[in-house]
Amino acid sequence: MSRVLATAVSEFRIAFRNRWVAIATVMMVLFALVLAAAGAAPTGDVGVDRLSVVVASLTSLSVYLVPLLALLMSFDAVAGEIERGTLPLLLTYPVSRLQILLGKLLAHIAILGLATGLGYGVAAAAAVVADRGALAGLPSLWRLVWSSVLLGATFLGAGYTLSALTRRTSGAAGLAVGLWLAVVVLYDLALLALIVSDAGGPLTTRVLPVALLSNPADAFRIFNLSAAAAVSAAGGIGGAADAIPLWQSAASILLWPVAALALAWAAFRKVIP
Amino acid sequence: MTSTLQISRLTKRFQSVEALKEVSLTLELGKRVALLGHNGAGKSTMMKIILGLIPFDSGSVAVCGAAPGSAEARAQVAYLPENASFHPALTGEEQIRYYLSLRGESPKLAMGLLERVGLADAARRRIGTYSKGMRQRVGLAQTLIGKPRLLVLDEPTSGLDPVSRRDFYDLLDGLAAEGAAILLSSHVLTEVEARTDRILILSEGRLAAEGTLAELRRQAALPVGLLVTPAAGNEIVLAGVFPEAVRADDGRLRLLCEQPEKLPLLSRIAALDGQVADLDVIPPSLEDIYAHFSRRAGQ
Ligand SMILES: Nc1ncnc2c1ncn2[C@@H]1O[C@H](COP(=O)(O)OP(=O)(O)OP(=O)(O)O)[C@@H](O)[C@H]1O
Ligand SMILES: [Mg+2]
Repeated sequence: MSRVLATAVSEFRIAFRNRWVAIATVMMVLFALVLAAAGAAPTGDVGVDRLSVVVASLTSLSVYLVPLLALLMSFDAVAGEIERGTLPLLLTYPVSRLQILLGKLLAHIAILGLATGLGYGVAAAAAVVADRGALAGLPSLWRLVWSSVLLGATFLGAGYTLSALTRRTSGAAGLAVGLWLAVVVLYDLALLALIVSDAGGPLTTRVLPVALLSNPADAFRIFNLSAAAAVSAAGGIGGAADAIPLWQSAASILLWPVAALALAWAAFRKVIP
Repeated sequence: MTSTLQISRLTKRFQSVEALKEVSLTLELGKRVALLGHNGAGKSTMMKIILGLIPFDSGSVAVCGAAPGSAEARAQVAYLPENASFHPALTGEEQIRYYLSLRGESPKLAMGLLERVGLADAARRRIGTYSKGMRQRVGLAQTLIGKPRLLVLDEPTSGLDPVSRRDFYDLLDGLAAEGAAILLSSHVLTEVEARTDRILILSEGRLAAEGTLAELRRQAALPVGLLVTPAAGNEIVLAGVFPEAVRADDGRLRLLCEQPEKLPLLSRIAALDGQVADLDVIPPSLEDIYAHFSRRAGQ
């Protein structure tokens, strides 16, 4: 455990010096502030508190931003060590490859946690200042924070996997962007096309829930929207969330990080420095 | 078990290149062994195999009685890679603190280690600002962590200035005296000659020679050079006596003879009393011996 911690401290320091901590935090806070400002318009009679509305829009933001930040921080993890020539020496130390990965994960999760925590915190504070009643939405905010961290962990693991598989930072960066586009953007477009063409047929009722659950980003969105009971505020694919029980999306966002880390470990074990 | 490292019939091939062919060697406690060989001879490959970084095709390797790369072996072996590099954003001290933690030692020892390699002043600067020799010293400092039983050092003195080289070998003497076995590679023959116990010469992946320098000198049995300075006016006479000699521009005669003929030849020259002004015996140099073994294996 102390080896994991030592690795995490070292990685955090490196990320800090490379300004990743600052970039991630500033990005999250800025976007959250913009959303908070946009959401400050009177909510009318939607029947939900202001904070829950903010959480719903933060969810839509995080679905894009958290995976992007996670991939940007992780694509260098193994390939960078190989290119710098630091990996051979590290691997002769009495530390296992899993411990090295866990150390990096811990540091990167801490950074993501810090960035999302601060960003969401600012948006929430703005909502509460405008309307004391918004405090009722605190549980959904808390849920958003920890599920964001899990979503980040999934994409960190995916980034490590790509990094170990390609062994080149340039290749890993390209694949990371590709993965983000495919999983976060194109996947949903494809599903939308499916819904439109199927017009409520069997595909929509049977395939769609499975398709949504098997994508970590969609599972994250569904989990937060259905849990916050603010689906109506989001619309779009979120509408399909009604049909999916909460435990299923919760299971998906819990299992994905484990699966991604297992993949990363398997890929890293094959790396010959 | 007294041997720290036991390699037998080790063979490693990279696609078309056979990097190591049936190499066998044993390394005992407290011994300093130098690994010599031309570029691409297989020195770094052998070291990486000993550390378990790359797999090998056949033969056997035992490091401190364990498999190379196993947790047990890694806990007892220190390594200095060929081109030691570190994350440029960390300071020397932070990097050594990290390595100390990985070995389960107190990070507080970092400053002491950096002082031993003469890097105390730069310890708080980022490694990105270090010179090549300074990075090499960070690499050396991390090999001193804990009490390694085996040190595997790939060209440890490359990039070090002459004084630091001497300090480095002093450091090694201390470690060997405490019982550590040391395997180092080098291209600098003179330092290897004075500061190691045994020499291994790899040539195209084969172990071409092994032994102390005196043993290698005997095995190589290279011809000895004799430089005869004729007394004034005797140049032509002497050239007639030794027709096989090569005449230098300054009039001196250069003779080559095999080891067994050395003494008879010397007495012949001594008998020429008044005609010879001076005589120098030139033993085969370290480079000659090295080239002999390196070439014999087909360079
Ligand atoms: N990863 C690899 N893939 C293919 N061939 C390799 C690989 N690593 C080493 N080789 C080959 O194995 C041979 C031995 O290389 P090695 O690095 O061990 O030489 P060396 O003795 O350390 O040389 P130098 O004195 O230049 O450091 C070379 O022919 C090299 O091209
Ligand atoms: Mg080498």
